[in-house]
Amino acid sequence: MSQAEVVRAEEAPAGKARADAAATSVLPQARRAPSAAGFLALFRSELTLTFRRMRTISLLGILAALPVLIGVVVKVNTGGAGEGPAFIAQVSQNGLFLVFTALAVSLPVFLPMTVGVVAGDSIAGEAATGTLRYLLVAPAGRTRLLAAKFTAALAFCLAATLTVALAALLTGAALFPLGHVTLLSGDTIGLGSALLRALLVAGVVAASLAGLVAIGLFISTLTGSGIAAMASTVGLVLLVQILDTFPQLHAIQPYLFTHQWLSFSDLLRQPMHWDNELRNLGLQALYVAVFGSAAWSRFTSRDITA
Amino acid sequence: MTGAPPQGPAAPDDVIRTSGLTKRFRGGQLAVDGLDLAVPRGSVFGFLGPNGSGKTTTIRMLMGLIAPTSGVATVLGSPMPQSIGSVLPRVGALIEGPALYGYLSGRDNLARFDAADPTSDPRTRALRVTGALERVGLTAAAGKKARAYSLGMKQRLGLASALLQPRELLVLDEPTNGLDPQGMREIRSLVREVAAEGTTVFLSSHLLDEIEQVCTHAAVMSKGRLVVQGTVTELAARAQGRLVVRTPDVALAAEVLGGRQVTDLRTDQARVDGVTGTLGDDELPKLCAALVEAGVRVHGFGVERGTLEDAFVALTGEGFDVAG
Repeated sequence: MSQAEVVRAEEAPAGKARADAAATSVLPQARRAPSAAGFLALFRSELTLTFRRMRTISLLGILAALPVLIGVVVKVNTGGAGEGPAFIAQVSQNGLFLVFTALAVSLPVFLPMTVGVVAGDSIAGEAATGTLRYLLVAPAGRTRLLAAKFTAALAFCLAATLTVALAALLTGAALFPLGHVTLLSGDTIGLGSALLRALLVAGVVAASLAGLVAIGLFISTLTGSGIAAMASTVGLVLLVQILDTFPQLHAIQPYLFTHQWLSFSDLLRQPMHWDNELRNLGLQALYVAVFGSAAWSRFTSRDITA
Repeated sequence: MTGAPPQGPAAPDDVIRTSGLTKRFRGGQLAVDGLDLAVPRGSVFGFLGPNGSGKTTTIRMLMGLIAPTSGVATVLGSPMPQSIGSVLPRVGALIEGPALYGYLSGRDNLARFDAADPTSDPRTRALRVTGALERVGLTAAAGKKARAYSLGMKQRLGLASALLQPRELLVLDEPTNGLDPQGMREIRSLVREVAAEGTTVFLSSHLLDEIEQVCTHAAVMSKGRLVVQGTVTELAARAQGRLVVRTPDVALAAEVLGGRQVTDLRTDQARVDGVTGTLGDDELPKLCAALVEAGVRVHGFGVERGTLEDAFVALTGEGFDVAG
């Protein structure tokens, strides 16, 4: 006699009783309709997931340490600051300039590095741990998931930039005098409007990273390894900035997404000089459109075998 | 026999139906080859096959994770992968083992997967998560980080995420992989419980006795093709029963049985067995009498019914654990 029969014989009465009891409660299932709150829940979940990770917090910690380091170095070496990063000469006169110095120093390497980690890992990291398949059968929807990842990475750009700016402001206020700010054009503005301008600059710097986010997201859809995606994204940022220094590549340089990154200094003039910055933001929008579409078309058509 | 079509006419109430479902990976490897599968509503359907026979690829196609090269897959009456949004909220799935966010607690893992479903109401999320944790017995460990979970606990958390909502279909791919015997029993009783509530369960496994213990229906895959499908009773009946005689006089018993049209005789230390073939049930007492008459000390005499494993070996002519 097979085991199967024995087991079923034992299970049948209990199973039937339970089935009868459950028939009224479970079987006539109402089809649940998607709601706006339900749709947005994934975006919220994605944001909490990003900012609760130890990794994100460490990255922000590193970014916060950078302005402190610069501030201390400038304080110790006051007087001899002839050469150095942008605005460094002004820092010892006005601590607020540490915000601009820190942004100018972190924009080429540190900010893109952290953004590359977050954006590059976004899809590939989920694929590597296998959670991607469970999100997709939930069903998260591939377009919705990609949009949530993009939103969270943009939010990280903003958080990262604000972290640098805020740490710089606090360090600057602690180590150097604050007060009226003399702009690059020679005009002087009050501390309040200078702070507003610092906030504007931080926003513009965060937006400058949008193109990179789209590139990172696209690379992330190509591979099942989070590390590979992060490394490629960060590597690409460095490569593009190296290409930007070759005079022979003059023709393509205006189209490199890093080319206008430092044009935020034009906003420190009176009146603000927006031409280059608008070109930068337009370029970022173009990169978002191109690489965002590429990421979408790749991700929505790809076989998920991880 | 190969590629048996679904038995009977197309039932409209099949929870899963595929016809000619085929997947050829880019490397040219044919993982699933012309699969015609029919899973009736309310069944506990065992999806059997050695590792590498195409079970997981089939499940991934049913869940819209990979696109079929050709053929059609219908889940809960709608074509996949086109109807993912309307079908999958009614399906719970455990595919190729659990996958969790190690840095989140068990509870937060479930909340994350629940948030991924746009049809689930955020206001009742905490309630669902608590209920699912309780159901799989993880309430005590709900606050622990998932990376500290044992494999069995991870497997249970995976099951909990499949049970966050009342489901019409539960797809479980190798749900007892890596579990100890106690864990396996728990999963099986959970499967029976869910099935008793009216949920159809589609259970893939490479363990035959697992299928025999919990399933009402089964299909067998081998090398990407469907070998057979039907009810477990039907399938087991395909395996011929064997007459078993326990006796110390093995040689003598074998001689007597051989003279009475019992074929395929196998002798062991204190046991002889063979196929009675066409002999009817009323012939058995005579067979027993003949043994006793010949002076065989009969300690035991009876017919052992075939198991699914016998059926599988009979159908494929191969051992079960050989990877395709």
